[in-house]
Amino acid sequence: MALLKGEKVTRYFGGLAAVFDVSFEVQQGEALGLIGPNGAGKTTLFNLISAALTPRPGAIYFKGRKITGLSPYRICRMGVARTFQTVKVFPDLPVLTNVMLGASFGASPGLSWGDAAEEASEILEFVELSAVRDTPAGELTLANQKRLEVARALATRPDLLLLDEIMEGLNPTEIARSMELIRSIRGRGVTIIMIEHVMKAIMNLCDRIMVLHHGSKLAEGTPGEIAASDEVIRVYLGERAHAGS
Amino acid sequence: MNGRITTLNRLQRGIVPLVLLAVFALSPLVLKQYALILLTNTFMYIILAVSWSMFSGPTGYISLAPAAFFGAGVYTSAVLGFALPFPLIVITGGLASFCMAFLVGALTLRLRGIYFVMFTFGLVELLLNFVLWWEVTVTGTTGRVVPPLGNTTVFYFMLAILACLLLTAFRLKHSKYGFALQSIGQGEEAAAHTGIHVTALKMNTFALSAFFMGAAGVVMATRWTYIDPRIAFNPTLSFLPVLMAIFGGLGQLYGPIIGAAIFTYLEEFLITRFPYHYMLIFGITMVIAIRYLPDGLVGLVQKAWKQWSRRKHGAAQG
Repeated sequence: MALLKGEKVTRYFGGLAAVFDVSFEVQQGEALGLIGPNGAGKTTLFNLISAALTPRPGAIYFKGRKITGLSPYRICRMGVARTFQTVKVFPDLPVLTNVMLGASFGASPGLSWGDAAEEASEILEFVELSAVRDTPAGELTLANQKRLEVARALATRPDLLLLDEIMEGLNPTEIARSMELIRSIRGRGVTIIMIEHVMKAIMNLCDRIMVLHHGSKLAEGTPGEIAASDEVIRVYLGERAHAGS
Repeated sequence: MNGRITTLNRLQRGIVPLVLLAVFALSPLVLKQYALILLTNTFMYIILAVSWSMFSGPTGYISLAPAAFFGAGVYTSAVLGFALPFPLIVITGGLASFCMAFLVGALTLRLRGIYFVMFTFGLVELLLNFVLWWEVTVTGTTGRVVPPLGNTTVFYFMLAILACLLLTAFRLKHSKYGFALQSIGQGEEAAAHTGIHVTALKMNTFALSAFFMGAAGVVMATRWTYIDPRIAFNPTLSFLPVLMAIFGGLGQLYGPIIGAAIFTYLEEFLITRFPYHYMLIFGITMVIAIRYLPDGLVGLVQKAWKQWSRRKHGAAQG
């Protein structure tokens, strides 16, 4: 049974289909890359999975249970955690408290505040943010705020982690560290779906890639297959190559 | 060494409020009637300001409904009169406000920013006019008489409510729910995706804060003895607690306490000295405070303290 399954997931904004008729499956332990041009509907798909939005029509199943229509907090407690394209840390709260909230409210069953502190410390150790644990989150660098979002998401003990462009705006060193982090998260057995424009990361980290274009699924396959697909090169990879040259 | 300091701190923390409570509990023995009434008034404003900031401080939802919840308490007091033992009436009034806030919260806490502010303020006007209409068409009166209790009794009830409120607010602020409320204020969407049941937490806290406002209304009604809808649902009681809390500073629990204490005294002083201009002076003070003290009085003192200790530190090093 697939860990996550989407059936003909659709979402319109006014007359525009942001996501249209997308069906997908994600297996336990897998890392799925989600790519596509800007405005292809990648983040909207994340919003639909994490219940920030409801698909109309369409249905999403997590661990075999239909989760369409549930509230975000319930989805989170069931084991789906996410980060945000534009970072959304709690800026005035200390780094540690940011993560404690995840452990105390997002995990199921939620930890007591004291146990949450312990768990959060471990997670900060894991993402290498222990040195700034008492700093207000808003004072961190962008790279560290993105790491903090990952830490907060991990604290909810997810089975599925949705990473929305956590490498965007980072320098090469930070990207390398970020890739390392994703590898070690996979090592913990967490299933990952990641949206990313850094192709090196997608190609190296993902077992499978899904390409969205104008809200619809354009292609799906292993990194090798996607890199060789004429259609994908035409709408996405080629475009980039042009822009780069 | 460090451990000793923290246990000592914890002891001090517990002792200071208890000593204060004892001092206030004994104060009717020495205070004159006027001072006792002024102190009761101060307590009322502190209750309104602290319970308001309990919800609006961390979440950033600026509610202008305190007068509605306070008024609900006042009317509970007037309607029940001597039908129940007074402590039960206080609790009933609190519960009435709690339920009302819970319902209102369910309807309005989806609104953000100015919409929420407007709706909560509209609630005060709505209740005022509804009760006015009800009294005129159904009961055929406009005012009601509330059995008086005596200044000392009123004082003790107010003190008891205040003590319960401060204990509740303190516990809440330092609990996981207190931090969750702050996270809602700093990023509601992220809070929901971190597993926080945002709606339930907002509604419950909003209702809890209304409980204390309602209870204070019940007690205050017995001091006023005659009430009508315009007295009970006085919009000033929506604005003042908000201004007091912001003036004092929302970051710390004692901010609204200090703000309310200063403003109650200021109001008393201005009313007697400048009966015609006091609202104007009051308003100007407020504008200046908000413009130049964004973190309130407490914030200002903290900033000054930080600067002073840094300078002292620097001097010692140099």
